[in-house]
Amino acid sequence: MKKLFIASLIALTATAWAQTAVKVDDAWVRGTVATQKATGAFMRLTPSANARLVSVQSPVAGVVEIHEMAMENDVMKMRQVPGLDLAAGRTLELKPGGYHVMLMDLKQPLKAGDSVPLTLVFEDGAKKRFTQEVQAPVTALGGGNGPAPMQHKH
Amino acid sequence: MPRRSTSPALAPASTPDLPRRQALAWLAASGALLLAGCDRLTAPSQGAVSPFKGIDISGATYARGFNLTDFNGQRRSLADFKGRVVMLYFGFVQCPDVCPTALTRAAAVMQQLGPQAADLRVVFVTVDPERDTPELLRDYMASFDPSFLALTGSLESIKATADEFRVYYKKVPTGSSYTMDHTALTYLFDRQGRIRTVLRHEQTADDYAADVRALLAEPPV
Repeated sequence: MKKLFIASLIALTATAWAQTAVKVDDAWVRGTVATQKATGAFMRLTPSANARLVSVQSPVAGVVEIHEMAMENDVMKMRQVPGLDLAAGRTLELKPGGYHVMLMDLKQPLKAGDSVPLTLVFEDGAKKRFTQEVQAPVTALGGGNGPAPMQHKH
Repeated sequence: MPRRSTSPALAPASTPDLPRRQALAWLAASGALLLAGCDRLTAPSQGAVSPFKGIDISGATYARGFNLTDFNGQRRSLADFKGRVVMLYFGFVQCPDVCPTALTRAAAVMQQLGPQAADLRVVFVTVDPERDTPELLRDYMASFDPSFLALTGSLESIKATADEFRVYYKKVPTGSSYTMDHTALTYLFDRQGRIRTVLRHEQTADDYAADVRALLAEPPV
């Protein structure tokens, strides 16, 4: 127990000065209707150093996975991926037509204006895990294919 | 991983003029006997440029129609929509990406059409009838446009419809749940209920609207 405590203290200290941070922009979740059990979350991730997104958690979903969508001969295929590698300073976009965070076994419908808490779990170059909390606003199901329009109105 | 059996449906996508060439070759080989029926191939004759942004499959011997149940429990076939252009798409509700993108695009097409939108019927066929209950389909469609209709049916009738359209779909397990691989093409029927063009997922709302307009502008027969 004590060892574990010391280990985590060291880990904390290490992250404190290694501090890989991942900037998360324009996170959004596609709204759902009653009895719909799954939806996607999208965002842009820009890490300060090489990192890997290894998992995501959210209180609104029983199961959260990282998925990749691919079009193969006009057939849409969606597959779980074990993680997403992020290169230092490069933005990886999770967007329709590519990667998304799949929220499954939803506990309630997600309405426009709601905000979905997401915990992104990353690994840094030394395989040390760190997390980042995000509040992702919900875009109405029929409200388009991007973050809710409020900050993007032209 | 992709099943080879899907390739016939997908062939037109990679070689847009294939059906025309096949049809012409077939006609040439079969002689005058078949020429009587060739009025269905008028559009692509003489190497004319396709009027569509999508793949012109006018005269195809597949994708001829459907017979399913809508979310209100009413039987539906293509004949119900005679006089209107029908835009048909296969998908499923627990789909975070292409299906809502396709429906968002269909809603954008409705907007672009303005008053003409009354002559377009958007129809969604679920490939996941086990999870997509009529209530769920009704709520889901209403989120995009109150006029959008969704069709469901028994596993067998969905399979038969997909086969008729050469649509591929397959349940794929993911963790404790499953997702559906499926063909993400959109089929457009003219006002007479004849299959005319197929649009790909990568195409824009402008492309879709252009093809709907082209079909709406055709003189009534």
